[in-house]
Amino acid sequence: MQAPAITKVARLRLSAGAVYRLGVASRSVAAIVGGYVLAALVTMLLSVSLPMARSEAVMTATLLSFAIYTCAVMWVFATRSALRAWLGLLIPAAVIAAILQWMDALSWSLA
Amino acid sequence: MKEGFRQSMAWLHTWSGLLVCWILLLVFCAGTASYYRNEITLWMQPELHGAAASEVSTEEAAKVAQKAMEERATGATRWFISLPGERSPATQLGWSKPSQPGEKKRGRRGNFHSEKADPATGEVLSKPRETRGGEFLYRLHFDLHYMPAIWARWIVGFCAMFMFVSIISGIVTHKRIFKDLFTFRPKKGQRSWLDAHNVTAVLALPYHIMITYTGLVTLMFLYMPSGATAAYKGDKDAFFAEAFPGRSGDSKPAGVAAPLTALAPLVRQAEQHWGGGKVERISVSHPGDANATISLTRAGGRDMSSKQPSMEFDGVSGKLLSTDGDAQPGAAATQGVMVGLHVAHFGGPLLRALFFLSGLAGCAMVATGALLWAVKTRQKQAKALAAGKRASFGLRLVEALNIGAIAGIPIAFGAYFWANRLLPVAMEDRPQEEIACFFGAWALAAIIAQLRPSRAMWRMQLAAGAFLLASLPVLNVFTTDSHLGVTLFLGRGPVAVAAFDLVVLVLGLGLAYAAFKLKPLPVKAAKAAPVQPAQTMEAA
Repeated sequence: MQAPAITKVARLRLSAGAVYRLGVASRSVAAIVGGYVLAALVTMLLSVSLPMARSEAVMTATLLSFAIYTCAVMWVFATRSALRAWLGLLIPAAVIAAILQWMDALSWSLA
Repeated sequence: MKEGFRQSMAWLHTWSGLLVCWILLLVFCAGTASYYRNEITLWMQPELHGAAASEVSTEEAAKVAQKAMEERATGATRWFISLPGERSPATQLGWSKPSQPGEKKRGRRGNFHSEKADPATGEVLSKPRETRGGEFLYRLHFDLHYMPAIWARWIVGFCAMFMFVSIISGIVTHKRIFKDLFTFRPKKGQRSWLDAHNVTAVLALPYHIMITYTGLVTLMFLYMPSGATAAYKGDKDAFFAEAFPGRSGDSKPAGVAAPLTALAPLVRQAEQHWGGGKVERISVSHPGDANATISLTRAGGRDMSSKQPSMEFDGVSGKLLSTDGDAQPGAAATQGVMVGLHVAHFGGPLLRALFFLSGLAGCAMVATGALLWAVKTRQKQAKALAAGKRASFGLRLVEALNIGAIAGIPIAFGAYFWANRLLPVAMEDRPQEEIACFFGAWALAAIIAQLRPSRAMWRMQLAAGAFLLASLPVLNVFTTDSHLGVTLFLGRGPVAVAAFDLVVLVLGLGLAYAAFKLKPLPVKAAKAAPVQPAQTMEAA
């Protein structure tokens, strides 16, 4: 997956340094924005599915949310390529969003 | 990123830490000072140092306060009474009045009046100079300044999240975490900085993890509202009503006059209910109206939770309306304890001091981390520098910001305390002027640092901070009657004031030592030498 991506970029005549920088920029966006969205979705899922009183479930999920965010950020920077980082965030996010949609609990307003 | 998990985490640790370290340092310094915000406020109001408030029971104090309020707060719609406690010897009386038509609005605290009273007589204590005191530092910790509080909270939260990522990735990347705790190799340049960073980070590691995560938890429904909106279909008020019951809304006045019931018996009833826990705050809505309500809040510090139980009474009949916070469900209690851990109201003097020291270690961790990056990067560029090339833009920027933050923040704190003593007592908008001195001094230090971020600049600014802090006890001799000679040697003044003087003295001496260790290098060596203050910086 990584090799063709690099040859493609190389054809655009980007130096190795520029490729590296683009990768870092892409991962930073993935970590900060994508990581937040994933953490917010997991928080939603836990809030509506934990087997406890509603306010308690929300409280528990929200308390855990920053740990989830942290794990997502670490995953983004630990994995082999930026593409894998994005996929690793987007696939679980899409699955959770689908479950929430099916439960009719997806709230698009994050604020 | 790079090959291998450990390497990629080292990279993440470096950058997530470096990018936000200067704001983090300010947040850490202000937060550490906030452990003693009451004491700082007391220090900043020397007019109150002599007034040894008499010790009375909370019941008696409530009775006296009610009498004083009925005399002085006529026409007020809300009363706020803070009864004397361990860390605040005076009764605090406050009330707000509805604004009169045509009256000039004076900001959000416009119609709020507050004064300190003797708990035994109800008489107003000699009016102290106006200052925000420790409250300014406390607000600075999460509301910053010169910007809407909500932006500031997002910025601080963003930085806190970076910090948490940095701490966790720092642990992951660290192979010999236990061994390094006992390793310090002074006078070895980069090695020493690495060791200093490790020691300050690892020594107080549980504290750093706790304080960062619980800091996020204090504002978690601002930062992560999605759970509440999902479970309550966007009705956040419903969530808050369920999760934090007992916060009744403002009742409407009936417009019918009715005398307020006596407060003292309610205080006794509440203290019995709480098994001896003291009442700290009394607030009364619509005193003198038939719909008056009285809310009593228990003093914190009896358990670790920040949640202070409260009881609400009918203001006319004195009938108990509701109690809150006696038994909380698990998750809510967990959140309460996490917030409680962050603000540390539960701690006795010793534990509070330990938290303060851990906070200082946190400041040192952030500072040494920032310095380590600069030293390392300069090492990498050593060849180019020796060949007469300029340091890279990033390196120059970081070095300048390091001076502006690490040496500049003590200058700002020092200037704030100096301004408190030197500005005319009767000055208009005095609290704002003190704060302007804080930021003015800091801005000046930071701008000068950008001009020439050199070793001499470090020395000069550290010395300036050292002077401003260490000389405060001397300044006190000339400007107050409660200097160390009185508070310490005659053993008369408030202990908190003496302790403040001693702590700033020690911090100032630490900075002075750091400045001293930064002796100018011999001319030849100076050219290629990294800009770095002495290892002893962490003492400050």
